[in-house]
Amino acid sequence: MQAAHPPSDLDAFELVVGLETHVQLVTASKMFCACAADADLAAPNTRTCPVCLGLPGALPVPNAHAVALAVRAALALGCTVHAHTRFERKSYHYPDLPKGYQISQYTRPLGTGGGLDVDVEGRAGHVRLERLHIEEDTARLVHAAGETRVDFNRAGIPLVEIVTRPDLRSPDAAAAYVETLRHLLRWIGVSTAAMASGALRVDVNCSLRRFGDPALGTKVEIKNLNSIAAVRAALAYERRRQAACLARGEAVAHETRGWDEAAGRTTPQRGKEHAHDYRYFPEPDLPPLVLPEAWLTEQRAALPELPAARRGRLVAAHGLRPEDARLLTRDRATADYFEAVLATDGATRADPEATPPGPGAGPAPAPATSVAAWITGPLFAALYARGLDVAAVRNHLPPAHLAALVALVASGVVTANVGKRVLGEMIDTGSRARDIVDRDGLAQVDDAADLRRIAEGVVAANPKAVADYRAGKTASLGFLIGGVMKATHAQANPDAARRAVVEALERSAGG
Amino acid sequence: MTGGPHAPPGDPAALTAAGAARAMRDGTLTSAALTDAYLARIAAHDPHLNAYLTVTADDARAQAAEADRRRAAGEDGPLLGVPFALKDLFTTAGIRTTAGSRMLEGYVPPDDAEPYRRLRAAGAVLLGKLNMDEFAMGSSNESSAFGPARNPWDPGRSPGGSSGGAAAAVAADLCAFALGTDTGGSIRQPAALCGVVGLKPTYGRVSRRGMVAFASSLDQAGPLAKDVRDAALVLDAIAGHDPADATSADRPVPDHAAAVAAAGADLGGLRIGVPAEYFADGLDPAVRAAVEAAVMDLEAAGARRVAISLPHSVYAVAVYYLVATAEASANLARYDGLRYGRAVPDDDLWARYARTRGEGFGLEVKRRIVLGTFALSAGYHDAYYGRATRVRRRIRADFDAALARCDVIVGPTSPTTAFRLGERTGDPLAMYLSDIYTIALNLAGYPGLSVPCGLAGGLPVGLQIMGRPWGEPTVLRVARVYERVAGLRAAERA
Ligand SMILES: [Zn+2]
Repeated sequence: MQAAHPPSDLDAFELVVGLETHVQLVTASKMFCACAADADLAAPNTRTCPVCLGLPGALPVPNAHAVALAVRAALALGCTVHAHTRFERKSYHYPDLPKGYQISQYTRPLGTGGGLDVDVEGRAGHVRLERLHIEEDTARLVHAAGETRVDFNRAGIPLVEIVTRPDLRSPDAAAAYVETLRHLLRWIGVSTAAMASGALRVDVNCSLRRFGDPALGTKVEIKNLNSIAAVRAALAYERRRQAACLARGEAVAHETRGWDEAAGRTTPQRGKEHAHDYRYFPEPDLPPLVLPEAWLTEQRAALPELPAARRGRLVAAHGLRPEDARLLTRDRATADYFEAVLATDGATRADPEATPPGPGAGPAPAPATSVAAWITGPLFAALYARGLDVAAVRNHLPPAHLAALVALVASGVVTANVGKRVLGEMIDTGSRARDIVDRDGLAQVDDAADLRRIAEGVVAANPKAVADYRAGKTASLGFLIGGVMKATHAQANPDAARRAVVEALERSAGG
Repeated sequence: MTGGPHAPPGDPAALTAAGAARAMRDGTLTSAALTDAYLARIAAHDPHLNAYLTVTADDARAQAAEADRRRAAGEDGPLLGVPFALKDLFTTAGIRTTAGSRMLEGYVPPDDAEPYRRLRAAGAVLLGKLNMDEFAMGSSNESSAFGPARNPWDPGRSPGGSSGGAAAAVAADLCAFALGTDTGGSIRQPAALCGVVGLKPTYGRVSRRGMVAFASSLDQAGPLAKDVRDAALVLDAIAGHDPADATSADRPVPDHAAAVAAAGADLGGLRIGVPAEYFADGLDPAVRAAVEAAVMDLEAAGARRVAISLPHSVYAVAVYYLVATAEASANLARYDGLRYGRAVPDDDLWARYARTRGEGFGLEVKRRIVLGTFALSAGYHDAYYGRATRVRRRIRADFDAALARCDVIVGPTSPTTAFRLGERTGDPLAMYLSDIYTIALNLAGYPGLSVPCGLAGGLPVGLQIMGRPWGEPTVLRVARVYERVAGLRAAERA
C-alpha cells in the first residue's frame, strides 16, 4: 500500500542520511582475549574462553594489533587521532552480550573528524565523519526451529565503528559512500570489509525535510544492512515511506527499523527497545589507552599511498585516463602490479632473445597506456573467467612475464588475438610468452616472400572469386584475404595479407 | 593474648605460617600432620562458626602429601606445605565458587584465580573456600546466602565483612592464613574485628584475575594472617605483574618478608601521621583508647607523631557508594542465567532476566545494583557518578598531601569492636559507616594494614596503618615493630 506514492511527494522532500558502519578488523585474535578471530570458519562456540564468555573473574587485555589497525583506519580517513583515549562500558541486557555490557568507546573515541571524498554519479563530493571508535563485537543469535541459540565465536571480535555526519542526500550517495569506504579499508589492509560475511555492517540514520528547511526531520534508524544494494534499497524505500507519511500530514515516528530483504521493505524493530540508556562509564578493568607519539608515527608510516593519491599519480606520471586509473586501483595488488610491469625491463624491450621483426625496426616500446589496456582488458577478463584476482596470479604471472607479452604484441611478433590466447596459458601454467609462441609457432607470418607465394596460391585456386573481383564484386577480396589467413593459421599480419592478395591479383591480371 | 579463640598450645594449628614452615623444615612436623590438625579443628569448630562454605579435605590431604614429597626432595619455601583457605570470591578450577550468592549456585569455574595459582605454585595447601558477604557486598558477613560466619571471640557477634569467614577462620586457627579481598575495607575491618592481621595492598600489586569482581577499580586481594610476618610472606607469594590483568602493575616487587625481618624494634626517624578526621564523632571511646595507646607505643619506639588532615575523607562513604555500586551494577550484569549459575526459565526473555536475578540476588546486592544503575543513569550520571569520581581524585590528593608530611598514617580500622549479628542489618547506613575509616584508602588505591592492638570489652581492636603507593614494606615494618613492642600474641607464638 505504500508503494504507489505520487512522485510529487518525493520531489518536495530532501533525504538526509548519516551512516554508522561497523568494520571488523583483520586480527588473528579477538579484541580482549586470545581466542582466534575466525568465527565464520569455526563450529559454533569453539572460539570462546572465560573472557569472551563473561565468566566471573575474567579480565580483558587489549589487542595491540587491533588498536594499530584502528589507528591506521582513523589516519586514512583523516580523523584526528587522540593519543589519550579510553575504553568505556556500554550496558544493556541481551543474550548476545555475555557480560551485560559491551566494551566500547564513548566520551573519548580514538578518532574524531575527518572525512571521505565520495563521487556520486560522476560528481565529486565529501562526507564528513563524526567519529571512529573501537569496540568488541557481540555474539550471534541463531534462530531456528522455534529456538534461539547463541554462538559466542563472534563475541569479542575487534570492530571499529565509523560514524558520518548527516551529509548524504540520496540512496545512491549512501551506496557510493559505503563502496568508497569499503575500498579504502581493504586498500589499507585493516579489514576484509566483506559485507556478506558481516565484516562490514551498516546502520543507516535517515530523515526527510522540505527542501530549504534548515531543521532536520525525525530520524529513523535502519539497522544491520549487509549489502550495498540493501543500503540503496532500504533508503529508497524509507524515502518513499516517510514522504508519504509527511504528505498525509502525519509525523514520522522516531524508531529503529529493520530491512526485510525478501519483502523489500523496512519494518519496525522490537527487542532492545527498553535499553536506550546505555549508562556509559570508563571501563575500570582497563587503564586509559595512551598512544605514544613514536608509535603513532609508525602507524602512519605503515599506511600505503591512499587510493585517491595513487589514482592522481597514475594519471599525472603515466598519462592514464582517469577511468583507467580507477580500474587499475580497484585494489592495491592491481595497482602495484601495474607499476611493477612498467618497472620491468621487458616493458620497454621485447624478449632479449627475440629477433627484431623487421629491418631496422627495434622492438616497439610498450607504453603505460598499452600496459594499462592489457591489464584492464585481457587480464581482467581472463581473471574474471577464472574467478581469480591479480594478487592470486602474481606468482604464475610475474610482472616481467606480462611486460614481455605486451612487448611481443606491441612489436608485432604476435597479433593481439594470439597474445590474448597466450596470456590465458601463461596464467594457467606460469609459462613465458616467448616459450609458448615458439613452441606453437605462433609468430606472425609477415615475411613478404612467404605471403606472396601463399597469396599467389590462393588466387590461382579461386578463379571464380578472382573473376567476381574483376567484375567489381569487391567483397570477394575479403574472401581471398580470408584464404590467406586460413592458410597461415591466422598468424599473418592482416594488412600484409591484404597487400599480398592485391599484388597477386595485379600480377595475375598483367600475366 | 588471653581469652582468644585459638588452638591450644602444642596443637600445630596454633602455629603461624612461618612457625609451621620452620617446624616442617626442622623435620618435627609434616604438612600431612598439619593439614590433618586444621581439618580436625574445622570439623570441630566450623559448625559453630560457619567460616567455611566448602572444605576440600581430600584435595588438601593430597596437596599436603605432595608438599611433603617436594620437601623430602630437597625443596623449601616459606609457604611449602602451609595450609590456607580462600575467600569464596577466588575462582578455583573444579571447585565450586559461590561468591556467597545463590546466583552462582552450582558454578564450577574452569580456571584458577591468579593469586591462588601462585600460592599453589609455592606449595601452599588449600583447605577450602570461606564464607563472605554476597559478592563482597557487606560489612558483617550477614549478606551471605549461606548464613553469616560468626566471630570466634563471641559467636553472637559478626566477624565483620565482607571477608568475614576468612577473618574468623584465621582467628580460630582453622587455617594458617587466608586470602581475602578488600574493596572498601573488606580485609582490614574483619581482621580488626577478629583480632588478626589483614593487609590490603596497593591497587595493582596483586592480580585481580579470577577474583569475582565487585568494583573493579577498588578490588584488591590480600592476606589475612596470624601475624605481620605471615602477611608479608603471603604478599611476597601473590604480588607481582600479571600480563592478563591490564590493571596489574608491571613494577618490581620488593622483598616484604625481608623488610619485616629487618624491622627490629626501633622506629627512630619515622613520622606517623594521625588524621584528626579518624578520631572524630562516632568512634567508640574504648576503641579510641586502644588506638591512642597504640600510637603512644609507636612513639615510644621512636616514631614522631604528626598531626594531619584528610579533609575530604568525610565524603569517602558517599563517594564509595556511588563509584563501587556503579561499577558493580555493570560487573553483576553478566549474571543472567543464560550461560552458567542460577537460572529461572521463562518463555519471555525479560521475565527470565527478572526472575533469575530477582531470585538469585540477595537484598543488599539488589540495593547496590539499583543504586549503581541510578548513579549512571542519563540525567543523573554527572551529578552522581561524575561528581563522585571528581571527589575521589580529591580524596587521593588528600592522601598525597598528608603522605608528603609523614611516612605512614595511623588510626582505628573500625569505629567499633565486633557488633552483634542482626544489630545493623535493618539500617544500611549504619552498616556502611562500619567502613568509614577504611573506604577512603581504596578510593586512593593505597596500601593499608590492620594489626590487633588490644581488646576493648573483651573484643579485639585493630590499629590501621596506611602507606604510600607501593609502600607495603614500610607499612609492614611499622606493623611488625608495633606487634613486637606491644608483645602481642603472634610474638608469643612465633
Ligand atoms: Zn575468548
